[in-house]
Amino acid sequence: MADPMRVRANMQDGKVLVRVLMNHEMETGQRKDSTGKTIPAHFIQSVSATHNGKTVLSAQWGPAISKNPFLQFTFSGGKAGEKVAISWVDNKGDKRTDEATIS
Amino acid sequence: MNRRNFVKNSSLATAYTLAVAAGLIAPGTVLAQAGWNEKAFAGKNLKEAAASLGAANFAETKDVNWGSTPEIAENGAVVPISVTSNIAKTEQIAILVEKNPSALSAAFDIPAGTDPSVTTRVKMGQTSNIFALVKADGKYYVATKEVKVTLGGCGG
Amino acid sequence: MKSLLCAVGFGLVLNTAFAQQGADTVKKIEEYRAALADGNPAELWEARGEDLWKKRAGPKNASLEQCDLGKGPGRVKGAYAELPRYFADADRVMDLEARLVHCRMTLQGLTKAEAVKQPFGNGPVKSDNEALVAFVTAESKGVKMNVSLDHPKEAASFKQGEKIFYFRGGPHDFSCATCHSEDGKRIRLQDLPNLTKTKDAQRAYTTWPAYRVSQGELRTFQWRLFDCFRQQRFPALEFTSDASIALTTFLARNANGAEFAAPAIKR
Repeated sequence: MADPMRVRANMQDGKVLVRVLMNHEMETGQRKDSTGKTIPAHFIQSVSATHNGKTVLSAQWGPAISKNPFLQFTFSGGKAGEKVAISWVDNKGDKRTDEATIS
Repeated sequence: MNRRNFVKNSSLATAYTLAVAAGLIAPGTVLAQAGWNEKAFAGKNLKEAAASLGAANFAETKDVNWGSTPEIAENGAVVPISVTSNIAKTEQIAILVEKNPSALSAAFDIPAGTDPSVTTRVKMGQTSNIFALVKADGKYYVATKEVKVTLGGCGG
Repeated sequence: MKSLLCAVGFGLVLNTAFAQQGADTVKKIEEYRAALADGNPAELWEARGEDLWKKRAGPKNASLEQCDLGKGPGRVKGAYAELPRYFADADRVMDLEARLVHCRMTLQGLTKAEAVKQPFGNGPVKSDNEALVAFVTAESKGVKMNVSLDHPKEAASFKQGEKIFYFRGGPHDFSCATCHSEDGKRIRLQDLPNLTKTKDAQRAYTTWPAYRVSQGELRTFQWRLFDCFRQQRFPALEFTSDASIALTTFLARNANGAEFAAPAIKR
């Protein structure tokens, strides 16, 4: 399984502020290595965030998202102690899911 | 399907094939997971990408707050983009970089209960306009912001 | 006569405009850096480093939790702010990276070759050294730099580092001082700290290691020195060599009194 994300979920002004740092190369497929060979594309294609079984954000990404992606968003209806889960799938089918407890 | 749409879709397919042949899109990206909007991410410019996202046309808007999106990015590899839509019933926010080989960076679906606001970081090949394509109440809008990209020298 | 005056006046206005533009640009780049401060990818290295610190590894199947970084076995908090320092068990002044090599060899049983392998990461090829450095340095964040030169070997290391700083060599006859001993200098768009002045020296040293955005990697101080030597067209600086440690002692000591602010984020 891929390297873990760093997920933070904090109550802020009555809503849940979610900040995620993902561990991913986000290789565009346009770079070449020192031998001149193209480094194959390897990037996260879909992201989803859930809380209490409900999707609170979903996204499709392309290779233009920076390496070690950062994502921040805010949703209502969560409270401290509950969990937020973030998942991603990349173009090779690799996946990762990590959770954070809302503080 | 009327003739205009047919022509539009054909040119999209041609553009994509040409792009792959030209090496602008590595064959690897064709390894798309189910549900990934390959066409949209292959779109060379705002119009093409927007069309693949379902936006046949869009209105210009200033009802978008760019938050901490900087005017100058020291390094184009990591450019923080923050988009908050102030348009009622926002359901989708897409971020596009005009001068990138493929304009579309990301498309977010905003369910009810989630703020119409996202922050992420994108790669910019050069100084360019950033477009925020917003879908609200079934209609599409585009806001624009220019971000300059400098490249730091050696050292640091 | 009139046209000459006009020309001079116009020239003056132009200069002011450019100067103002320069100041604005600096401010805007500061804003860019501030926007990246939250959610520093360095945290991904810190998390991996903490795992490596606690994980049993090597032929001795031991963790690094008994590693003495100068404040006693296993005491990580504040340790980086006091490095480099003299270690009696090795009879040598060591910086953090040299000390980690030492602990990986003595506690975990790695050979020297294994312990110094892959000091710097490259995309999917990760470096344990970088992760461990990120973890240990994060535990000194906010702590005031406090490098001691009480031990004669520490004092000697400082003196040697100073000598290296001013030593001109290589095909360009560069020394560190060539780029780093004057105010207001830059290479292309990169401002160069004047390391002979306290304020710059403090700010420069306390912001390494850093997530280097242009590389997409967390880079350590050994890497910083290695890359400077490369740019000076010097022979490659050997990882954790006495020369690299001496230079680090010189620069770290000159940062004394400043709050350690790394792992930071840089272009």
